[in-house]
Parts: sequence; C-alpha cells; structure tokens
Amino acid sequence: MYGNYLDDAAKIVAEKREENLKFEHARLTAEQKDDLLLKFHPDRIKKQFTELKIGPNKGQQAPIELAEMLQAKPRLEPEKIDLNHIDYETDVLVIGGGGAGTSAAIMASEAGAKVLLVTKLRVGDANTMMAEGGIQAADKPNDSPAQHYLDAFGGGHFDGKPELVYTLVNKAPSVIKWLNDLGVEFDKMPDGTMVTTHGGGTSRKRMHACKDYSGAEIMRTLRDETFNRADQITVVDFTAAIEIIKNEKGEAAGAVLMNIETGEIRIAKAKVVIIATGGAGRMHYQGFPTSNHYGATADGLVIAYRAGAKLLYQDSLQYHPTGAAYPTQILGKLVTEKVRSLGAKLINKDGEVYIHPLETRDVNASGIIREVREGRGVHNDVQDAVWLDTPMIEMIHGEGTILKSIPAMYNMFIKYGIDIRKEPILVYPTLHYQNGGVEIDKTCHTNVANLLVAGEASGGVHGTNRLMGNSLLDVVVFGREAGIEAGKMFKKIKLSKELSLQHVKDFEKERAAAKIKGNAVSPKVLPTYHHGNPEFDKEIPGATL
Amino acid sequence: MAETKEMATIYIFGKKYDVPAELTIMNAMEYAGYQLKRGCGCRNGFCGACATIYRIKGQNQLQTCLACSKKVENDMYIATLPFFPLVKQLYDINKIKPEQSIMMQLYPEIYSCVGCNACTRACPQSLQTMQYIAYAQRGDFAKCADLSFDCVMCGCCSSRCPAGISHPQVAELARRLNGKYIQPQSQHLIDRVAEIDEGKCEKDIKNFVNMSTKNLDKIKELYNTRDIEK
Repeated sequence: MYGNYLDDAAKIVAEKREENLKFEHARLTAEQKDDLLLKFHPDRIKKQFTELKIGPNKGQQAPIELAEMLQAKPRLEPEKIDLNHIDYETDVLVIGGGGAGTSAAIMASEAGAKVLLVTKLRVGDANTMMAEGGIQAADKPNDSPAQHYLDAFGGGHFDGKPELVYTLVNKAPSVIKWLNDLGVEFDKMPDGTMVTTHGGGTSRKRMHACKDYSGAEIMRTLRDETFNRADQITVVDFTAAIEIIKNEKGEAAGAVLMNIETGEIRIAKAKVVIIATGGAGRMHYQGFPTSNHYGATADGLVIAYRAGAKLLYQDSLQYHPTGAAYPTQILGKLVTEKVRSLGAKLINKDGEVYIHPLETRDVNASGIIREVREGRGVHNDVQDAVWLDTPMIEMIHGEGTILKSIPAMYNMFIKYGIDIRKEPILVYPTLHYQNGGVEIDKTCHTNVANLLVAGEASGGVHGTNRLMGNSLLDVVVFGREAGIEAGKMFKKIKLSKELSLQHVKDFEKERAAAKIKGNAVSPKVLPTYHHGNPEFDKEIPGATL
Repeated sequence: MAETKEMATIYIFGKKYDVPAELTIMNAMEYAGYQLKRGCGCRNGFCGACATIYRIKGQNQLQTCLACSKKVENDMYIATLPFFPLVKQLYDINKIKPEQSIMMQLYPEIYSCVGCNACTRACPQSLQTMQYIAYAQRGDFAKCADLSFDCVMCGCCSSRCPAGISHPQVAELARRLNGKYIQPQSQHLIDRVAEIDEGKCEKDIKNFVNMSTKNLDKIKELYNTRDIEK
C-alpha cells in the first residue's frame, strides 16, 4: 500500500493489468529510436551542454555542471603552498581507493614499488562496491575474446578505442582467474564451471557473478589484499588529492593532498601518479538522481584537466532507465534490469503500455522522460515517473518468483510498506555511469608524462555506451595494467628535484583571459544535500530573508 | 496532495532536531545541516560506512542499523558509529592453508565467544553472526563464508561483543580461503587463459581490431547480424 493518493493512481494500472499482460508492444524501428533519442535522451539536449573555453579540450562540449568544475578556481593558491615541505615520498602515488585504485596498488607493489594510496573516503567507498550485476569475461567454450570484442565495440556505438577494447576483452579471463586466486567467491556449479548469464547487449552468456553482491565481493577482497600488503602499500584515507604536482620537465611528480576532516594540506612526491577516482554521478547532471556512491564527483577529471590531460567523450553519460522514483528514501537507487527481463512492463499514468520493456537502456530512459514531459507521467511529491508493473512477474512465472529471483528488490521496497508483488513501482532514469573520462592508451598513459588513469575516470574503453558487466571488468583490467606499467616505470625514474604548480598558475591566467566568472572552486570533493530544508536556501541559515 | 509533511523529533548525538518523518537517518542528518564526511559511503546499503546505534526514548533496547536505509522515528536518540576498531590481521593468502589452525593463529579471540548472541541481534543485515563464528571456530570455512556472505563489514556486531571479536574480519578471511582453496577450480577458465597466453585467440580478435579502423561498415554488419546465444 502506498497509503496515499498513489493508491488511486495504481488502481488504473491494476484494472488494465490482465489486458496489458497480453499486449505485446512492438519494438521501435531504427528511425523511431533515433527520433526518441534525439528528442529526449539527456545527452542530446544541447542547452544542457556548454563549450569548454579553456584547457586541452577547448572548443568541445561538456555537461554544464562538469564544465563549471573543469574551469573553476583551484581550491588553493599555488603561491601559498610550500612544495619543499614533503610529507610523503613514494614510488607510485595512487589516487582513489576503489576497484581500479586497489588493483593498481596491488600490482605496483607486486613489482616492488613503494605505493601511497590516497582516498578521500575509505578504501572501498566506490561504485565498485555497489555493482550488483556481474563481470564479463569470455571463458566458456562457445565464446571467445573476439566475440566479446564485437559486443563491447558495437554496444559502445563503435566509438571505443580499439586498442582499449582489445585489452579489456583479452585480459578478461586472466582477471577472473586473478580475482578467484585472491579468494573471490564466484558463483560456480559443483564441478567448478562458472555460472554465467546474459547482460544487455551480450551475444554469449558471459556474465560472472557473486550472487547479487558481485562488486562488493570483489571490492572487499581487493581491499583486504591491499591492507595485507601494509609493508609496501601505505593507505591514507579521508584525504583528497586536489591538485597534481609537476616537475621541471612538466611530468607528473606528485599531488597536493587535503585532509577532508581537518583541512590540512599535505604534499606527496612520487615517480608515477595514477588517477583512479571513479565517476561523476554525484554531479547530478541536469538534476538527475544517481545510483552512484557519495564521492562520485569527477575530482580526477578536474585535477587531470588542470594538469593538461585530454578528456574523451566527456559529454557521454549513461542513464539507467529504472531508478527508483518513490519513496524519497530510495530515490535514484537502482531497480535492476532483471525486473523487466522477468516480464514487468513500463506503463504510463493512463495505464497504457507505451513501449517494449526491453529496448536498450538509452532508448527506455528516453521513453520514460518523454512520457513524463508530455504529461503522461505519474505526478507525485518525489519525482514524476512511470509505473513498472511488477505484479505481472508472478502472473507470468507463478507465485514466489519475486522472492526467489529478485529478493533485493522486494526488500528495498517493503521497508517502506510497498509490496512489489502486489503494487507496481514508480521509476525514472537515474545517472549511472560516466562513459567518457581522461583519454588513455592501452597501458593507461595520458598525454601528460608519468600520469596514468584507470577505471571510470578514464575514457575510450566503452565508447559512448557501456554494457552491463564491462565496468567491473574495466576497473580490474585497467587498474592492474596501470599498476603493472607503473611497476615498470618507477625503476627508471628518479624522484624530481624541483616540484612545481606552475600549470595551476597558468590555468588561472587562461581562466582570466577567457573571462570565466563565478566563485565555484574545484575539485568538488563531496556533494552537499539539505533535502528541502528551506533554512539552507538562505545565505545565513536561521536568518530572516 | 501538497499536504504538509509529517515531522519527527530526533536527537542527533543528544541534540534535538525536527525533521521530516519520511527521511532516512542519513538524510535527516543532512536536513539538519550536517555535511557528512564520516559515516557515509555508498548510501545504498552495500558499504557499511554508516553503522548507527539508536534507542527510542522509553525503551531499554539499543538498536543498530545502517543510517542510509533506516527511516527516522519519533524520539529516536542517534549516535553514528563511523569507525569501530576492528582487528585486521595481516597474512599472505598464498601461504596460509584452509585449516582450523589458521583461525587459532590469527583470530584466537573467537574461542572466547560466550554465546550471548548479541552480535546476531546487532546485525543490520540479519546474518546468523554467532553461528558463522561457530563455524569459523571449527574450521568449517565454507559454511562460515556462506552464512557471512551478505556482510557489509559495518562493525555493529563487534561493537556489542563482550569477547572483543572482530567478526567481519574473521568472515573475510573465511570467504577468501573458501574462494581460493575450497570451491572447485574452473577448468574452462584455466584453459581459456592458457589459449590466450599461447596466442591462439590473437588472429580473430586482431582481425576485428583492424576492421574497427579500416572497415567500419564491415564490423557494423558483423555486429548487427551476430548470432545471440539462447
């Protein structure tokens, strides 16, 4: 029971359920899809993007919120930072403690490097922890890395960088083996055969999982392994990297760090710097809710950009069509694609099946936005939305299916009194993944010497659309590659004598010359929420306006 | 429908705030004006950053929860537990063996369990915590791993343990031993890794890589007409 006006709205869906269940909506034609995407996909809304006025991608488009951060004032005044006061000296500096950062740290330490891993929250506070679905790898006899390549490259609208897609799929089986050897508990048959399933856009069943905690199981294992290597990997948590430091040759040579609790500034000097800071869901592009973790604020993109690193596909985001839109406690949380695979249909406020539920993610996200914008959405006090008619699942597959197949979904809603076996749920697209990022090559090098990037912060692996199960794979494959590469590099590099923030000063000059205004500072580090408390709309909370 | 929101009175670290009753504890703290730096991670029930202890005024029982997935209640006294000093022992996963002695060596305090079951009652994930510790004591790592699988390592259990056991770390060790040594090996995985190492997969995939730059139409056609496993 919704216990409010939504019960009346849900009645319309219930009345037409029998009829809707029988009705199969036709798949859209290629032209219809293009039209829908063009008019409603958030990436196609021109006024939500702006031209970058400065930096390596000058002249290109970026989401307004990202452009603001990329071109914002630095958090520090370079003149006030004493670069001779070195707090940490290390071979490899890893920025970020998610799947990519820990994989990089482990592999660099394996090569004998002394590693400093800094993370603004805790190790493991990352999108990796939240990945439910699984991880792709072509390890079954009917599958091959080539087949995986075709799926990933095609699924990414043929925009991926071939050398990156090649590395992703070719290293996938060895990465699964590496994780398994570290103790990750993959779902297996009694004879050891991996249980693998389909994901959106896969042509072979190659989705490996650890129940519905795939990312959490991988992340906690990598975290444990990172801590086990304490003699080589020093972890500094609650510390954000707010600027890359360069040397006299313009190579990356460390970072300015900020303790997020005390505000204290620390200087880290390193031979190789790896950025593994993850995604940007908490930037809430275009006001969208997000499925991402608290720290997903694109910090790595900002500090890399100021250091001169080029971005790729910074204007391509993934919106998952079915984020929870009601109640407010779970706004933006993911309603897994499996709900639609099991037969639940998308329905508008008039009780009408307006689209096939298994169109691709971008098409279905656009469809929901269209219904809401054209007045066929379900109005409510959290987020206007469409229905996902979950009771259909048990009409098709029999009673008990929901508890057996999607228990996490049942649990998520029943906490708030909504029984998804009996009531439909409200969904709206949620900001899910940053397809682009800092451009890298197959060993994670950027165009800035000694600066590597891995994981969601990088761009080019997934083209302009990522497939389910390829992001967990990405963070481990390229996290490892970055660590391995840094493990080779550090032996040939001497610690820099001269450290410099000249590039930050230059950036500020460029900023002034381009007449960029505004007081925003970056990187963002953490989002701020007040959940509608009017006091915080005032300049001084508690003061009268 | 624009009804005024129902409010709840809560006490964050003892200080009174009125917040919308529909909010989670985490969101209520932000509504009150906190900029969270501690005790906030995935905001989605996976990461265990937001362990929280609360008591409803007038009730004896202390309750534990994850602040991101628990709605506030009237007269709720809230203390977050963003860090708990768990013991994490260091080990080399390649050198240890899945034998009972490893637990005795690394986490001997588990044998001091007094059987009070406070850990189980404290678990926001509803795990059979005391039972998985019992399996760990006996060296039954597969069962310990299975029962502890949904652990988010928030530490609520350990905060209530009179024996000072670090349950989440014991379970982590058991799961890694299980995943590495006890679960059966995957022959098809070992075979595929060997094939790739021997270069047997190279020709097909390099063909696609070349096509991706030189003959985009061809690879588009191959993609659009590829057969899909049923």
